[in-house]
Amino acid sequence: MELTGAEILVRCLQDEGVEYIFGYPGGAALHIYDALYKQEKVKHILARHEQGATHAADGYARSTTKPGVALVTSGPGVTNTVTGIATAYMDSIPLVVISGQVSTALIGNDAFQEVDTVGITRPCVKHNFLVKDVKDLAATIKKAFYIAQTGRPGPVLVDVPKDVTAQRCEYVYPKEVQMRSYHPVVKGHPGQIKRAAEMLLGAKRPMIYSGGGVIASEASRELTEFTRALGFPITNTLMGLGAYPATDPLFVGMLGMHGTYEANMAMHDCDVLLAVGARFDDRVTGEVKQFCPDARIIHIDIDPSSISKNVRVDVPIVGDVKNVLSDLSKAMKAAKKEPDKQALSVWWKRIDGWRKFDCLGFDRASSLIKPQYVLETLYRLTKGEAFVTSDVGQHQMWAAQFYKFDKPRRWINSGGLGTMGFGLPAAMGVQFAHPKDTVVCVTGEASIQMCIQELSTCRQYDLPIKIVNLNNRYMGMVRQWQEFFYESRYSHSYMDALPDFQKLAEAYGHVGMRIEKPADVEGALIECLKLKDRLVFMDFITDQNENVYPMVAAGKGHHEMHVSPSQARAMEDRELA
Amino acid sequence: MRHIISILLENEAGALSRVSGLFSARGYNIESLTVAPTEDPTLSRLTLVTRGSDDVIEQITKQLNKLVDVVKLIDLTEGAHIEREMLLIKVNATGNMREEVKRLVDIFRGHIIDVTDTTYVIELTGTGEKLDAFVDALRGAGIIEVVRSGVSGIARGERSLRA
Ligand SMILES: Cc1ncc(C[n+]2csc(CCOP(=O)(O)OP(=O)(O)O)c2C)c(N)n1
Repeated sequence: MELTGAEILVRCLQDEGVEYIFGYPGGAALHIYDALYKQEKVKHILARHEQGATHAADGYARSTTKPGVALVTSGPGVTNTVTGIATAYMDSIPLVVISGQVSTALIGNDAFQEVDTVGITRPCVKHNFLVKDVKDLAATIKKAFYIAQTGRPGPVLVDVPKDVTAQRCEYVYPKEVQMRSYHPVVKGHPGQIKRAAEMLLGAKRPMIYSGGGVIASEASRELTEFTRALGFPITNTLMGLGAYPATDPLFVGMLGMHGTYEANMAMHDCDVLLAVGARFDDRVTGEVKQFCPDARIIHIDIDPSSISKNVRVDVPIVGDVKNVLSDLSKAMKAAKKEPDKQALSVWWKRIDGWRKFDCLGFDRASSLIKPQYVLETLYRLTKGEAFVTSDVGQHQMWAAQFYKFDKPRRWINSGGLGTMGFGLPAAMGVQFAHPKDTVVCVTGEASIQMCIQELSTCRQYDLPIKIVNLNNRYMGMVRQWQEFFYESRYSHSYMDALPDFQKLAEAYGHVGMRIEKPADVEGALIECLKLKDRLVFMDFITDQNENVYPMVAAGKGHHEMHVSPSQARAMEDRELA
Repeated sequence: MRHIISILLENEAGALSRVSGLFSARGYNIESLTVAPTEDPTLSRLTLVTRGSDDVIEQITKQLNKLVDVVKLIDLTEGAHIEREMLLIKVNATGNMREEVKRLVDIFRGHIIDVTDTTYVIELTGTGEKLDAFVDALRGAGIIEVVRSGVSGIARGERSLRA
């Protein structure tokens, strides 16, 4: 039977097993919306802004192993998705974005709500398509899902002109995709793997540094077994948190700009570094000239262009992390050699010395609410089991430092693009994927206002998200940089005329709370978590002047961290004693 | 170092802008670029000349390979290869310059392919250096217009670029 393009599109989504799509209608997409209306399999979630829809699809993808799907109209609908698409692109998240377009006859005429969608999104997608003939539609959708999820994942956009959604043709959904120009590498090179095994077994001060690629590759188990078998210290990037259990003794915390003292010092002093599914981002490496000065580096990554891009490596291994790690384990066993136990124990003694310094310590006697205390308590009360999304700023770093993720896909944040406004809509996607679980959005009063309208979506679909707003009345991270690097000239980082968030939440039909005293923090969180089926907006009035420590300033090496004044004093005392 | 990179590209709308967009987005330079379909009309062959350190060239080829529309590529400058560019040049040809220009064309083995009372159009093929030298030699005659095709190239011997 012949179907219209719109019907074909919806059938493709059904056959692809898509449960939710996040979207917003408009003229060019109306045939598609009509086709959606006539079926029940694919559930459409109406966001309040296309950026929100895209982040929600992204949050859904990050918290599952499935791609996220968004549907928007042409022109402003699609330009509103660009931030969301770029966010997913930077963090290699599989998304399929379907956009309506003006009819093919009008393309190029500056028609109403026409933009060059393929042109605008080209630099921030893994690939994109403009479908000009309904006969190509099903095959293109199939390719879009395939490209988004394979190799290094990423967003793929399919632009569909309105007349194409009205044309009819026979529907066949292809079973598989053959593309002569696209063959992601999966297996690592055996010779390189052997070299890596030998290098690791010869290490005296080894270090494992793993990133989001481990999560994308579903390789947490392999990474954990591999690391435990060797007893090597391991650090995770911001994107990799949860890939290795944070409560495990071999885990030395996050590394990089706001990484732990022990992780950064161990990076600086290691002699063999194994980088797994990580991309040597500048926030991770600090000054590259001072990066791991004594180390020989092994790098496993599925994307050849990630290798030796920022830092030259000695043993590059292109391949899927999961495959390569299990091959590497085998190669190490075959080498019939043990790691140097004695050297390792000396190395651990040094690391434990760094650990004792307690770099995340903060003032517990303060009469003001310390943001760290809120997150530490949240962690304890949720037993580390919650899905935590965040926005961007100080609160994001504190969440990363104080919430110990033992499982992958629980920590959902915009690491690469650093998109304020991500947290709440991402939490919606996570909550749809995990309706029974606790989903917390850790945010700041500046970030939350960038997609605050999604509170309305949460009401419509009864999403019981818990919002932890660490309200310091500043764009805290900006204020911190201005304090450190601009002699405390707080240029436009102060948020005057903030709304009453408690009332705002109530106006949207949710529960609002305002917490002003440290003594009330725990009780309020307990109460909030008890309200299982309500969205609760918790507005914590926190210490305005708190800073995130440790900090490796841009251009500095890992060993040149700023530490908090109180911890610096403690360190001195210990050295004097 | 100067490199000539030859690419087999899906002959699809937008494929070329993915390549050129990559160069501008990542700050790589393109000295010249030529593109046309191959004997298989679904494939285009694109040849570009770029400059960069070994690290930069490595990134360029890796990033190009990552583009979904790129089927295959080869860095011609990594091995023995032949490089050609075509020049069309229109020059003044009056008085005694008519003979002088014709003599230069013969020396460089070019062809005069259009003649009027006052002008010649000359066609010349060769390496970029040869074309540069020819253009320089003609400066005295009075150049009206210069069109260069950009470099194209092919590997010598067994080495080839095929889908
Ligand atoms: C869309 C966007 N605009 C600007 C920035 C730059 N920026 C980074 S952090 C930050 C301040 C965030 O303030 P807030 O949400 O209150 O969090 P805090 O740092 O106070 O915890 C800003 C403006 C950004 N990351 N994203």
